[in-house]
Amino acid sequence: MLLSFLAVTAIAIVSLRDLFAVVMLFGIYSLLSASIFLVLDAVDVSFTEAAVGAGISTVLMLGTLALTARTEKKPAHLAWLPLLVVAITGAALIYGTLDMPRWGDANAPINQHVVPRYILGSLPETSVPNIVTAVLASYRGYDTLGEVTVIFTAGIGVMLLLGNGNSNRRRKKGGRKR
Amino acid sequence: MELLGLYNYWIVVFLMMAGFYVVIARGNLVKKIVGLNLFQTSVFILYISMGKVEGGTAPIVEKGITVYSNPLPHVLILTAIVVGVATTALGLALVVRIKEAYGTVEEDEIHRQDESL
Repeated sequence: MLLSFLAVTAIAIVSLRDLFAVVMLFGIYSLLSASIFLVLDAVDVSFTEAAVGAGISTVLMLGTLALTARTEKKPAHLAWLPLLVVAITGAALIYGTLDMPRWGDANAPINQHVVPRYILGSLPETSVPNIVTAVLASYRGYDTLGEVTVIFTAGIGVMLLLGNGNSNRRRKKGGRKR
Repeated sequence: MELLGLYNYWIVVFLMMAGFYVVIARGNLVKKIVGLNLFQTSVFILYISMGKVEGGTAPIVEKGITVYSNPLPHVLILTAIVVGVATTALGLALVVRIKEAYGTVEEDEIHRQDESL
């Protein structure tokens, strides 16, 4: 099953020290999760994840690797405290899942309330056959506006961080070098 | 058999904890960001798993189909993926900037340089 592949990839990502391999595995991880989304009927999410997660994220990370270090330093000691924290949090979350509705349950609370309204109403109201598109662009258009704002802010942040860095670096090269 | 319906969620918890461990236990900043993405993708899988309906199809209106999977989580996660890549880009830009300023991306070396100031 695809989910088990995901778990194996995650273990490899945690244990490997060669960052290039880690980034490549992260690309595989994204592609695997895209296939899982496809199996779970989320076609729009699937191709977004394949393009953005497996594509753009991986390229960004490779670019960062080219500018920084290729391998990770070996940790001085095995970290017991984080392992303990992770184990306790994980156990609490697993305990929490016991109350979750079972997978594929049509009567689960998430599938009630506003969702039948979207499924029945979207075609007459927006004439868009894809319900996801109708909800994204019409019913919850403000979400998308907020998303654009976030991307705009992030873009400005990246430009400020790296654009300024370049001019500083040029200045530094003339004067002192770290 | 009853508990098999929770398999998706257990894998999600496992992936989430793997990402969490990388974020809190590893010193390399690039690896931390990979861990953050691991965590993020596990949350996506959690949402999409919850939205799946047994016997349903993709939520595109078609004649003769009566059962659709839940479109609402798909919309939310579509937004979340794009926001996620924006935060990743910002984080990686910070890493590059830290590398320029400190000459390293290992957390303990950065701490040592800060203390020696």
